[in-house]
Amino acid sequence: MRYIEHDAVVKRMNSRMVVNKVFKGFFIFATSLALLALVILLYRIVTQGAGHLSIDFLTNFASRFPEKAGIKAALIGSIWLMAVVAPTSIILGVGSAVYLEEYAKKSRLTTFIQTNIANLAGVPSVVFGLLGLTIFVRTLSLGNSILAAGFTMSLLILPVIIVAAQEAIRSVPKELRDASYGMGATKWQTIVKIILPAAIPGVLTGSILALSRAIGETAPLIVIGIPVIIQFLPKGVMDTFTALPMQIYDWSSRPQQEFQMVAAAGIIILMAFLIIMNSIAVAIRNKYDKRY
Amino acid sequence: MTVSLMNNTVANDQNTAASSNIVYETKQMNLWYGANHALKNIDMKIMENEVTAIIGPSGCGKSTYIKTLNRMVELVPSVKTSGEILYRERNIFDKDYRVEELRTRVGMVFQKPNPFPKSIYDNIAYGPRIHGIKNKKILDEIVEKSLRGAAIWDEVKDRLNENAYGISGGQQQRICIARALAIEPDVILMDEPTSALDPISTLKVEELVQELKKDYSIIIVTHNMQQASRISDKTAFFLNGEVVEFDKTDSIFSNPADKRTEDYISGRFG
Repeated sequence: MRYIEHDAVVKRMNSRMVVNKVFKGFFIFATSLALLALVILLYRIVTQGAGHLSIDFLTNFASRFPEKAGIKAALIGSIWLMAVVAPTSIILGVGSAVYLEEYAKKSRLTTFIQTNIANLAGVPSVVFGLLGLTIFVRTLSLGNSILAAGFTMSLLILPVIIVAAQEAIRSVPKELRDASYGMGATKWQTIVKIILPAAIPGVLTGSILALSRAIGETAPLIVIGIPVIIQFLPKGVMDTFTALPMQIYDWSSRPQQEFQMVAAAGIIILMAFLIIMNSIAVAIRNKYDKRY
Repeated sequence: MTVSLMNNTVANDQNTAASSNIVYETKQMNLWYGANHALKNIDMKIMENEVTAIIGPSGCGKSTYIKTLNRMVELVPSVKTSGEILYRERNIFDKDYRVEELRTRVGMVFQKPNPFPKSIYDNIAYGPRIHGIKNKKILDEIVEKSLRGAAIWDEVKDRLNENAYGISGGQQQRICIARALAIEPDVILMDEPTSALDPISTLKVEELVQELKKDYSIIIVTHNMQQASRISDKTAFFLNGEVVEFDKTDSIFSNPADKRTEDYISGRFG
């Protein structure tokens, strides 16, 4: 007795092939739609903003006249912000990930912490803004400084970095740990010399994605009261500042048509900033990428 | 094949400690993984400068036992032990016995070649470096001596700065043996070191074991009974977490005392 009737299989072959093709088409369509949206967006921004891009645009402060408006304060402000956010969030994030993966014993408490870190990654950024306002701006009296904004942004992206770093650490083969411990290395030596170097590509990919998010976030900055128009550059982390997305948000909400162009030019600068950051990440990742 | 160790002080100065030449003495040792009683009342004496083979079917506890000798087994959560293992007359389960100290005296070679994703040089220098040796000249000497000791110096001396992943599996395993030699151990534990290797590489490792036993005490877990009979002085047969028989390799293979040993080595099960 045979269960597969080959004649029937051949008969049904046509409809199977049709279904096969239909779904292939659908997947191509889905990808193209996303690509198309991106292309339209880029085209619109570049055609609108390119005309306004100039050295003056980079070196001028904000102005009520669109032709004089520049992005200097926001650009430098965003660099300052990143200078606080990157070390704070990466050191704390990788530290937490190392603790959770290498030190913490599996218990109900660690499972609970684990679940909550994953959940925190989904909390809206405006909520983190309120948290930053309460803790850093008011309780610690940091005011609307770079430090307060940087810490708030660090809190916002910390969960993402922790989860990414944990995954990177977990993917380091157990055999490498065994080899290191087997020679009498301490846990710290094993972490520093074996685990972290092997985990760096994954940690960096996650961190840069998270930092890219921080650089584009506006809501937490608005909540902690970061000003939009500033006519000076910050001299230290305790000074106030403004950031690229704040500036762009302000320009695009102005009634004059010309400011839309200025906003588009600001977006080009923001995207260039992101591309530079991502390239650095890719470069470092390629340097450290080793197969096991 | 010629293996020349540049000097023998490694093993000698460590052997002077106690007059007895017992390396490991296991007394009524039990081990549990959670509720699973994996090792039951183990009693064994392991002698200096001998090759001790541990054979037995999968799941008999032979790997667990060898990993207990350098306390690597404790990396598995929920492991509990009782009884004693004396290494050079000191109980390794003592609270004040630091595992790092034990593992500098007892090197380990694993089942799968596991070099670090670093250069061959850095792989060998890893152990000495973590134990505080920074001098480049001394490191160079240790690297050469260890690679010669593992009979792989001639094959890799021109590519010390290449990644250890670029060489064959058999060579990688000898790099791992060299890496274990670099910490100048007293004992070398080998957990099925040839199970991932082809026959020619296996032969090389076996020849190496014969050379190494002049300077080190070697404990080797193997699935391969012919291997045990070829290279070991003593053989222990483990079954269901117990030592069924532990004797000179010759007697185990020619005249086993226990029926179960006879069944196993004649291939009736396992």
